[in-house]
Amino acid sequence: MKISEIVKILDADVITGADSLDRDVRTVCGSDLMSDVLAFVKEQAVLLTGLVNAQVIRTAEMMDMQCIVFVRGKKPNLDMIELANDADIVLLGTQFEMFTACGRLYAGGMKGRSGR
Amino acid sequence: MDAVTLHYDVSGNDFTCAGEASRKIKKTLKTLGFSPEIIRNVAIAVYEAEINMVVHANGGTIDASVTPEQIDVVLKDTGPGIPNIELAMQEGWSTAPENVRQLGFGAGMGLPNIKKYSDALRVESEVGKGTTIYITVINK
Repeated sequence: MKISEIVKILDADVITGADSLDRDVRTVCGSDLMSDVLAFVKEQAVLLTGLVNAQVIRTAEMMDMQCIVFVRGKKPNLDMIELANDADIVLLGTQFEMFTACGRLYAGGMKGRSGR
Repeated sequence: MDAVTLHYDVSGNDFTCAGEASRKIKKTLKTLGFSPEIIRNVAIAVYEAEINMVVHANGGTIDASVTPEQIDVVLKDTGPGIPNIELAMQEGWSTAPENVRQLGFGAGMGLPNIKKYSDALRVESEVGKGTTIYITVINK
């Protein structure tokens, strides 16, 4: 699925990375626990999180993640946006809560780590 | 090729900056042409160890030695040390304070994750003196 499709499904705002919405992504990880995210290795992944701090961006960068979606209307600060730009990571924001955002993406065809 | 050596001082005061050294190591490995998988394994292992160093030990130093065959990283701190390394290696065991947990860490996955992503991990620690972690990732 392209990131632009995720924007539609989650009715998301594009915070940064508007030029990269045609990238393909394959799996989704929904977590507020960065240590769990670090145990999750999949290519071309998207991170859904309600956590807002610089370590969210760094974690995604270490994992080569393509896109982070902040749920429940959470907003990253300018330092985080700068870090994401530097790491070439697309940042999106949705008003949907974690459960609903995950559900919508799953229904839209995205898979988790196990591929199911 | 001679080994490429890297050195970083990690501040213990600023959680916001934690991960900066790991990020630089990742970028250097990319420049040197390692595969994405090898780079990711090193980056994740060192990042977890760097976070530990900031959270538990008020910072320290990171030294990396990179050859075409393998990447060796040594993280050294003068923090409180780990009283029981075997316990610390267990998934879920954590002594991280509440403020660290609120930032998404401290779930007791740090050392297990480092072990998972590295080919060799050695932890030397003395209570009251500090901890040194040796991480090796083989370039397969």
